Amino acid sequence: MKIIATGNYAVAEAVKQAAPWVIAAYPITPQTEIVERIAQFVTRGELACDYIPVESEHSAMAACIGASAAGVRTFTATSSQGLLYMHELLHWAAGARLPVVMANVNRAVGPPWNVWADHTDALSQRDTGWLQVYAATAQEAYDTTLMAFRIAEDERVLLPVMVNLDGFLLSHTMQDLATLEPGSFIPPLHLPHAIDTAHPAAYAPLTGPKDYYRFRWEMERSMRDAKRVIAETEEDFAARFGRRYGMTTEYRCEDADVLVIAMGTLAKEAEVAVDRLREEGTRAGVLRIRWFRPFPKLDLAGREVVVIDRDYSFGFGGVLAHSLCSTARAEPYSVIAGLGGQEVTHGDIASFVRDRRPGEEHWFGVKADV
Amino acid sequence: MFEIRIHSRGGQGGVTAARLIALAAFRDGKHATATPFYGAERRGAPIIAFARIDEDPIRIYSQVQNPDLVVVLDRTLVPVVKVLKGLKPHGAVLVNSGHAVTLDHQRVHHVDLTGIALAEDLVIAGEPVLDTPVLGAIARLGVISLESATKAIAEMFQDPRNVTAAERAYRELVL
Repeated sequence: MKIIATGNYAVAEAVKQAAPWVIAAYPITPQTEIVERIAQFVTRGELACDYIPVESEHSAMAACIGASAAGVRTFTATSSQGLLYMHELLHWAAGARLPVVMANVNRAVGPPWNVWADHTDALSQRDTGWLQVYAATAQEAYDTTLMAFRIAEDERVLLPVMVNLDGFLLSHTMQDLATLEPGSFIPPLHLPHAIDTAHPAAYAPLTGPKDYYRFRWEMERSMRDAKRVIAETEEDFAARFGRRYGMTTEYRCEDADVLVIAMGTLAKEAEVAVDRLREEGTRAGVLRIRWFRPFPKLDLAGREVVVIDRDYSFGFGGVLAHSLCSTARAEPYSVIAGLGGQEVTHGDIASFVRDRRPGEEHWFGVKADV
Repeated sequence: MFEIRIHSRGGQGGVTAARLIALAAFRDGKHATATPFYGAERRGAPIIAFARIDEDPIRIYSQVQNPDLVVVLDRTLVPVVKVLKGLKPHGAVLVNSGHAVTLDHQRVHHVDLTGIALAEDLVIAGEPVLDTPVLGAIARLGVISLESATKAIAEMFQDPRNVTAAERAYRELVL
């Protein structure tokens, strides 16, 4: 059905279709609409699930972990400080190999207090063992949420998935959305290590130095296998519903001399900048990173790269820029822009490309370069 | 692409008006987006919201810089906010007002949305509803069709007085 919806409502609609048995959530701006809408579905009888309004994000993730360990599909949503409050349990969900799906509406971390878009919240959780994907449209948020359940629950993966969408820019912008009937697209969850009261067992007991690393290696092996599972899931989604995205999404990249690389809505806005740059004679393209974990393998040989990070790792640099430096041997012009919802237009992005200085870092809006 | 910026105060329905415009344009068979710009959300504070309408999918998320149409739901914002900022050379301005308004030495379109809402008894929590009647005035300017405007209103609100008020604003807009 064709409707128009905000990114938040798109995620809620997808969750309704995926029909988790347990949803535990705590409201936080700008995510609140997701759990509010889901609560409405439950109240109206449109979604049969145990909806647990917990007293904190830490408890939300704990409830999802408990329910997931019992072998049922789970979902929660959060933002910013709420995500950070879950931190310890994010490690737990991944280490316990529980396929929890969570929407994180990217929002800046305080202080100073700020409710607008910023990727530092999610990127600061990059080493927890969660898969991370970033959407750029309401439709993509919807489709990706559906795919996230199947990917997380695949026996080759069994790791939690975080679906990210930019606060307000995507979460509160109304756009076209085609909802669908997933049918058999998401098979029933079969968790091989689900708690079974008929066969009591200890979970995650003290594991010594002789064995601990094996569990970590298993996580990494699953993270590597996840790339194949993502590809298969995308393939099947495209065959059934006609839309495909990929680990990365390319726009006018075939013959491009310079690539703009970014995540989320900034990368979508960059398409408009690229159209303008091409009119000026600059062969530019946009390489939008969708899956940040597992990180895609990129071939950037012979191309200049302008990376826009809506995040920062203090004392180091833009997280995305440095991820590219280490995996694709790029020497990017690293632009730090859009922090805490800083306004970045397609005109600004075109300027980043025109003024590029490979190997340097530029903080948009800061007068003296670092 | 047709771009709209709406000025209102928190609680007056500027954000909802943008959403209704996008929904109506969508029902007209076009692509549309509606984006609120939230500051510190509180009743009475100046708020802006944007709507974009195009034949092609819309890829822009940043704020509208050069609107084709500026809508002012609260006339008291005029001395406070630069409502004409970035307006395109032949852009239109629509102000909620019972009498003629001059902005920057130019007459602008006006319609008494508050009066219409009060006359139709469209009042919620003591505040006249402006977001549904304004859709009729915007339809009159040709941005969306009246049919889709009333459809969009009916989809979002059950009270039929919302549609009646929009139809009145369509007729009563002073061009």
